[in-house]
Amino acid sequence: MTEEKRKIVVPGETIVEGDDYLPGENTEKRNNKVISIKYGLAEEVQGLVKVIPLSGTYLPRRGNVIIGRVENVLFNGWILDIKSTSNGFLSVAEYPRYLDKNSLDEAMDIGDLAVVKIYSINKRGVDLTLKSRGLGKIDEGVIIEVNPNKVPRIIGKEGSMVGLIKEKTGCNITVGQNGIIWIQGENIEGELLARKAVEFVAANSFISGLTEKVEKWFEENGGKK
Amino acid sequence: MTKEFKRHDGRGLKETRKIVAKVGVVPNADGSAMFAFGDTVAIAAVYGPKIMHPQHSQDPEKGTLRCTYNMNSFSVSDRIRPGPSRRSTEISKITGWALDPVVMINKFPTMVVDVHVNILQANASTRCAGINAASMALAHAGIPMKNLVASVSIGKLDKTLVVDVDKKEEDFEEGEGATDIAMSLTGDGDLTHIQLDGHITSEELKEAVKLGQEATKEIIEIQKQALKKAVQEDEE
Repeated sequence: MTEEKRKIVVPGETIVEGDDYLPGENTEKRNNKVISIKYGLAEEVQGLVKVIPLSGTYLPRRGNVIIGRVENVLFNGWILDIKSTSNGFLSVAEYPRYLDKNSLDEAMDIGDLAVVKIYSINKRGVDLTLKSRGLGKIDEGVIIEVNPNKVPRIIGKEGSMVGLIKEKTGCNITVGQNGIIWIQGENIEGELLARKAVEFVAANSFISGLTEKVEKWFEENGGKK
Repeated sequence: MTKEFKRHDGRGLKETRKIVAKVGVVPNADGSAMFAFGDTVAIAAVYGPKIMHPQHSQDPEKGTLRCTYNMNSFSVSDRIRPGPSRRSTEISKITGWALDPVVMINKFPTMVVDVHVNILQANASTRCAGINAASMALAHAGIPMKNLVASVSIGKLDKTLVVDVDKKEEDFEEGEGATDIAMSLTGDGDLTHIQLDGHITSEELKEAVKLGQEATKEIIEIQKQALKKAVQEDEE
């Protein structure tokens, strides 16, 4: 994260003017001006101007790891609610083990949660896979939901924030890009502390120097040294 | 224009009623806003983008903006019959058309963005307050937009042009009577919607649009401040 002050912008607002700037995510160039097309925080890094949105539903992207809840079991796969604009489809062929056609619900039933990866997006919907490391059905732990726009701050630069929380609480944390977070620890105390920490990050996500703040928070609220 | 024209509430000719704007008034929605011109209070809630139902209304090429306008039965002193009416259906369409040029939902095929506008209290210019609230709510919901939209009604009372008509002025009957011109403009001053009932010459209409441009500039500024204030409050 850059230390410079970030500016709140609304759609149609001019962020910067001049030839030296390139329009990045959620911006548009009109008559030599870089204009925001979303409500969010404007940021400029080496001439590239982008807007980090503050709100909006999660938009699926290929390669994202997300957490979904099984909504329906079909003969050839599962429909997952991924807290997005559409549901995701997980084909039985993308399940890592061989399954008997009649026993799909024994592997995953309605209401079960799973860490999945988006492997393709087409006009009909989102296709998911379970064939990768770290993916699979969730059997235990704590699930929390946050605003998907705050996920980048929870992960931090190169995973620094989530790494810190993992280290301090001894929990395993999987952050779905759709804002669902899975915390799994050895004991319930650690899990609850991790949940509180994640909620703290989500509530203070617009403060600069947040990693230091979280370190301080852990000093006050306990956690492993 | 007659110089001595006085508005019944003592406002200047180019003065709007007291504007109150706020975002985040409906926590359940993806985005929401409240906008008030004096006694006219509108709230808007935005849901989506989400898959369009019924399926036959889906557009596989681009996203759809679906607006609904509703006046609460208690919004006026004579209780109005709840439910859709000819008038509310028309204003729903108009609200959609006023906002459609700015929302960039081409990249959401088969999806819909739902905008619900509710009038809590009415004292004329309800469609304008509704459009203003809807524009803020769309931005608040994180929908990509080219610009914000602001709406205002310009009235021609006899021969005088006034900004932001209220109920008493709408029913003005002296001289040539009242002409109510509702219009919506983007932040760049481009018209997205204009409607009028009554008589007006083309010169006067041009003059009215000019007045509208000035008034919407101020309204856009208020909308911006309301959106920005919501983040700062979050931070504290």
